[in-house]
Amino acid sequence: MSATKRLTDIGPPHYEKFLPPVVKKNYGQWDHHEILKQGVMVHVAKSGDKIFTVRAATPRLLNIATLRDFATLADTYCGGHLRFTSRNNVEFLLTDPANIEPLIADLTKSGYPVGGLGNAISNIVHTQGWVHCHSAATDASGVVKSIMDELYPHFVDMKLPGKLRIAFACCLNMCGAVHCSDIAVLGVHTRAPKIDHTSVPKMCEIPSVVASCPTGAVRPASVGGAQSVEIIEEQCMYCGNCFTVCPAMKINNAKTDGISIWVGGKVSNARSEPKFSKLAVPFLPNNPPRWPEVVGWVKKLVELYAENARKHERMGEWIERIGWPRFFQLSGIPFSKYHIDDFKHAGETFKRSVQIRQV
Amino acid sequence: MSEKRATPLLDELEKGPWPSFVKELKKSADTPAVNDLLGQLERSYEEKIGHWKHGGLVGVMGYGGGVIGRYSDLQAEFPECAEFHTLRINQPAGWFYTSDALRTIADIWERHGSGLTNMHGSTGDIILLGAKTQALEPIFAELTAAGFDLGGSGSDMRTPSCCVGQARCEWACYDTMGACYDFTQTYQDELHRPAFPYKYKLKFAGCPNDCVASVARSDMAFIGTWRDDIKVDNEGVRAAAAGGVDIQKEICDMCPTRCMAWDGSTLAIDNSNCVKCMHCINVLPKAVKPGDDRGAAILIGAKAPIVGGALLSSVFVPFIKMEPPYEDLKELISRIWDLWAEHGKNRERVGEFIQRIGLGNFLEQIGLDPVPEMISAPRSNPYIFFGDEVSEGGQA
Ligand code: SF4
Ligand code: SF4
Ligand code: SF4
Ligand code: SF4
Repeated sequence: MSATKRLTDIGPPHYEKFLPPVVKKNYGQWDHHEILKQGVMVHVAKSGDKIFTVRAATPRLLNIATLRDFATLADTYCGGHLRFTSRNNVEFLLTDPANIEPLIADLTKSGYPVGGLGNAISNIVHTQGWVHCHSAATDASGVVKSIMDELYPHFVDMKLPGKLRIAFACCLNMCGAVHCSDIAVLGVHTRAPKIDHTSVPKMCEIPSVVASCPTGAVRPASVGGAQSVEIIEEQCMYCGNCFTVCPAMKINNAKTDGISIWVGGKVSNARSEPKFSKLAVPFLPNNPPRWPEVVGWVKKLVELYAENARKHERMGEWIERIGWPRFFQLSGIPFSKYHIDDFKHAGETFKRSVQIRQV
Repeated sequence: MSEKRATPLLDELEKGPWPSFVKELKKSADTPAVNDLLGQLERSYEEKIGHWKHGGLVGVMGYGGGVIGRYSDLQAEFPECAEFHTLRINQPAGWFYTSDALRTIADIWERHGSGLTNMHGSTGDIILLGAKTQALEPIFAELTAAGFDLGGSGSDMRTPSCCVGQARCEWACYDTMGACYDFTQTYQDELHRPAFPYKYKLKFAGCPNDCVASVARSDMAFIGTWRDDIKVDNEGVRAAAAGGVDIQKEICDMCPTRCMAWDGSTLAIDNSNCVKCMHCINVLPKAVKPGDDRGAAILIGAKAPIVGGALLSSVFVPFIKMEPPYEDLKELISRIWDLWAEHGKNRERVGEFIQRIGLGNFLEQIGLDPVPEMISAPRSNPYIFFGDEVSEGGQA
């Protein structure tokens, strides 16, 4: 027998293999759904068939032991069927409602809380951070864990005016759509990479370092007689690309890296159009393991929203209704020059009227 | 194996009600690579700085994407995680699994890697975190034998993703999972062999709620919508009102075009002014539903800030029926890719490319007619570069 052929370009497995029978049968034929309680919903098909979903939070970073535990739970309660959501929650798909409570009990016991539906905070989508990315200005998992330990009641309850979506990214590359979230927590570098001129010639190809910079900020230079590069600091937007191709250009900086907070973005079209998140808190220090400053501000913003927004209003809709001056007043965030855009088309965000609340 | 690393700072993050990634890491603390990872991460927490570097292309034979090379910059101290590469595995559409499929992935990953995963990565792939270079080919062989393949990375078509769509959502205006699978299979070469100026993401959302954030995160967003009348079951509306929903305040007054009227027993909609925002449907899921003439709007050009600032995508095709084999769409995509591949600059996303050359010129190049649905307002500046279509007699 000949050696097995090396398979390539087969693509992902066909999803049909993984669908529960009730889904296959009622595909495209769902009629309505209802949230039965936080973390549990039922979808009813035109045929009258029902599928129950139990949603639980995961930390996104999952051990294979946990995957096997989830698989066992799916076997026990769901005929082996489960899925994940775009926000890193796991959903167990049941047909027998009698299995809902025992499943919830097992999930809760193992530390995976059930919730995240409706007018609540769903899981925080986030990035790799210090666990795995080279350009991270902060850790991701640790900040997210710290925030969600504090906001946990809003995951297991449904007491917010509307949905609240929080996202986290550890640098401006923003893996994940943090820039259109109700609250976006974003790691920021605040200085151009530091060049280790003795290592550049050994570790890096100068032409590829120069080419790597999207803004043309890196140019060849002779330093102390040796070939190296220099950075035009005003042109650097801290993307870390040069560091990606040249480890001697370290973008990470323990003293000057930190975290910023942005508010009022959304992707859904409900009521108002999708919008970007806007700068609220420009810079907070990295303070592991619990990042109290970041947690404190996020919590404060959530509470402010919970107290003041009208039913169904998202964070950005509420702020637009009351106006940004009042938002800064209510939140106590000091307004600074950093809040005023100075990038391309910056003038579009200047106020061009005297419609001002004068109190 | 080296001694178990002490992690007093990380241990703090085992406490509290939210699931702990540190607990997940520690479930593999006996694996040397994870033990060293814990040590290195603790160091990052002490020093407030990351300790990874990129350096060196790694991958599997014949593929240019799907593996991200990752190396420790403290290799002498943490030798077991010196090489700690990421594999992106193309997820099944809608992120549905059977327990056996999950076990298969877990078993392969236990044999060859750290045992750490992300379910899922930002783009949607299954992420396997922490492989040594020599393990990549064996992992790939086992994954493909089990029916899985790598996803995208670098300047290629990235792994497409979609919402749960018609599998479990009554609002899905087309078959998102079917479309996602179809396009993914069609573009295997573009997915695995980077040949574009930069990345190109496709995302499929079944309705304007856009649960996959396609408007913000994809170069091409397929967002389900409909053309005919919203379906209203007034008995259901009355039931909701009796159940405590303030129809006037919560529905009519929050409609962006104020196209609804409620007289206490009937909800009337001026459908010609409905912009399909989903608000009334979201609040009254039993009583109000999208119409039957369903399809999708296609938007183009979203991206995160790097390089020229973040962009939301903008309307490109206001409505199209989404029916396999999607030939018109694929034809359109090839025209876009041809133009962008030829004239786009290195690391210029298609959204930035369009901004540079102008949407009008872009449309002309790919042979699509401009329509007013593409803009929020016509230009207000008079700097128009008139072409030959304005004749000397002054007639357009
Ligand atoms: S956001 Fe930046 S630092 Fe974080 S994972 Fe993505 S590229 Fe890496
Ligand atoms: S961090 Fe980015 S912008 Fe700054 S020099 Fe490096 S490549 Fe250029
Ligand atoms: S985007 Fe729309 S169709 Fe898709 S899951 Fe969300 S609500 Fe349902
Ligand atoms: S879908 Fe939106 S625009 Fe249309 S009637 Fe309902 S609330 Fe109004």
